Amino acid sequence: MFYDPRISMGMLFTLIGTILTAFGLSTRSNIDVYAKSTGIDANLWWGLVLLVFGIIVLTLGRRGQAKLEKEKK
Amino acid sequence: MPSLAAPDSLILLIYAFFMLAAGFSLKPAMTGSREFMQAGRTLPGWLCGMAMLGAGLGSQEVLGMGAAGARYGLASVGFFALGSIPAMLFAGLYLMPVFYGSNSAGDSGNKMIRSIPEYLGLRFDRKTRVLNAFLFAAMSIFGAGIALYALARIFVALHVFDRVANTFNLPPAGVLLLAMGLPLALVLAYVLLGGLGAAMYNQAMQFCLTLAGLLPAVLLGLKRIGGWNGLKAAVPVETLHAPMPGAHPMGAGAIVLVLAVGLVVGGGIWCTDFRLLQTAMAAKNVESAQRSPIIAAAVRLFVPFIVVAPGLIAVALPTPHTSIVIHNDNGVIYHEITVVPPAVEAGIGLVPAKADADGKPIRSADGHAELDYAMATPNLILEFLPAGLLGLGVSALLACLMSGVAASVTSFSTVFTCDIFQQLLARNAADKRLLAVARWAAVGGALLAFGAASAAIRLDSILDAMLLVFAIVNAPLFAVLLLAAFWKRATGHGAFAGLTAGAAAALLHHGLALPRGDQPGIHGGWIAALIHPSSELVLGLSTATLAFLVSLLTAAVVSVFTKARPENDLEGLVHSLVRRDPANAKWWKRPEAMAAAILVAAIAVNLILI
Repeated sequence: MFYDPRISMGMLFTLIGTILTAFGLSTRSNIDVYAKSTGIDANLWWGLVLLVFGIIVLTLGRRGQAKLEKEKK
Repeated sequence: MPSLAAPDSLILLIYAFFMLAAGFSLKPAMTGSREFMQAGRTLPGWLCGMAMLGAGLGSQEVLGMGAAGARYGLASVGFFALGSIPAMLFAGLYLMPVFYGSNSAGDSGNKMIRSIPEYLGLRFDRKTRVLNAFLFAAMSIFGAGIALYALARIFVALHVFDRVANTFNLPPAGVLLLAMGLPLALVLAYVLLGGLGAAMYNQAMQFCLTLAGLLPAVLLGLKRIGGWNGLKAAVPVETLHAPMPGAHPMGAGAIVLVLAVGLVVGGGIWCTDFRLLQTAMAAKNVESAQRSPIIAAAVRLFVPFIVVAPGLIAVALPTPHTSIVIHNDNGVIYHEITVVPPAVEAGIGLVPAKADADGKPIRSADGHAELDYAMATPNLILEFLPAGLLGLGVSALLACLMSGVAASVTSFSTVFTCDIFQQLLARNAADKRLLAVARWAAVGGALLAFGAASAAIRLDSILDAMLLVFAIVNAPLFAVLLLAAFWKRATGHGAFAGLTAGAAAALLHHGLALPRGDQPGIHGGWIAALIHPSSELVLGLSTATLAFLVSLLTAAVVSVFTKARPENDLEGLVHSLVRRDPANAKWWKRPEAMAAAILVAAIAVNLILI
């Protein structure tokens, strides 16, 4: 294995989650944006879900990477 | 029509950046052809399983399963799960130990297998290998072209690339070429940089991203129509409890028939298609190679619902109509007019009718509008995802497209290099040269796929064409691979005859059968319309099943009358002659136990849904 792929995957989802959460927070009071999503601030909630998912995967990936480097030595 | 806001574009850019980053970070490791074509055979089973899921969830699957959901209802979940999961488990338990071969070229001669054609070459002979290599190369190009066109058409309808096209002052036809060319160029870039490894790292990521983009649209859609019960109430009862697509409710006989067809189709995809199997063959050892389809099957259990549900919800929602809302504001009368194109009005729910050049809905002979079912999933994403999440939804569509196309490009490159170039042109080529050829083959494959996609624009029913190619290539190959792996007596002449006879039978049946109400041509009946199946799907499935049976019989009969190879030549290439270590793991840790548990879960899911 070249490097633990969970690191890049975790980074991608953490990043997207952060952007969505921040955008969701800043447009929270804007009704027009969320008319589509049945009035729910979908950016905020789904952003938080992806953020948590990303952090979990990233943590697992860093653990895996540490193990991988130990094996290489 | 929607235009992408700043956060949407940002998410799309981040996605593209991560795809390229995987290519760049693997570039230093691409020192030889083995690293490039097989990721050095160093990957763990779970990653291979995830990559296999990504390769198996291309744009055709996402659009097609959404379309099937809209057309045939919830039962299509059962159909897809039934076909794919037993086939994946079978591939993991019994076929991977044979296909994987040995990990080192040193220990038993030349049993380091790089591709399915190479396996056929070792098991049978050179002619079978080269025949299959050419058929596969053509199929992978064709498949990638169709996948590209199918999604590019939707990107154009959704105006995703309009802003980019406007900055370059492209004509309308150029937008379609741009929508096909941009994702393809991105795929080619990371494949050239990081080979199969980069493609697989990205496929695992793309698989997660596809689900992450579809799931919020499904959840919001479910909320709008009142949850699971609302969905059941909104979808007509026949749709929700319809038998398998294309079958008539005829009792046990029909169910057995549908099961058999499902097994042929599932096996033709998950047990033979090198675009999927190349991921498992890049595993670090034979145990990981065995485990990867089984892990993929466990996750795949939950996938059909997430991809089929958008179609179900899309037909259940109210159809948009042109409306005039009049309201009175302090004595001033406002007319608010919402104009809906006629093709959308003629549709059902969010599934629009197919439109002709003037935007008028196309109607069949009996006056019904012909629906464009492939639009079901993309329209649901547009309808429910607000700015921000919309970028994630578009990335999800892009991700599924790219994972499928990348699988085609890498497998084409491997098969061309190992089974066409090395076999026919340069037997003793140095490894450096092979690496260069593999890179050029990837470029060539991408260019050919672009050509195929441009040709697909002029073909009016690409799905029928795809089913025909499947029947000609995959179904006979499945039969031959089954005999190769389980019957010591199967011979090279038999395999070659089986592949040829199966393909000929598929062509002949397609030429003689014409679905009711269709014109002869790509729909079938180009020799003479003697048989009339009830739909295109039934024609495609029966052609594939026939090709499978003819191939199986021909290969078996010819094998009996030709001379078999001695047993010690076949060591490791036939299932009964694979050297096994005594099973030392606890019984619940063995792949058989895992596979049995997944199978039970799959049956349970089907019983609940049907």
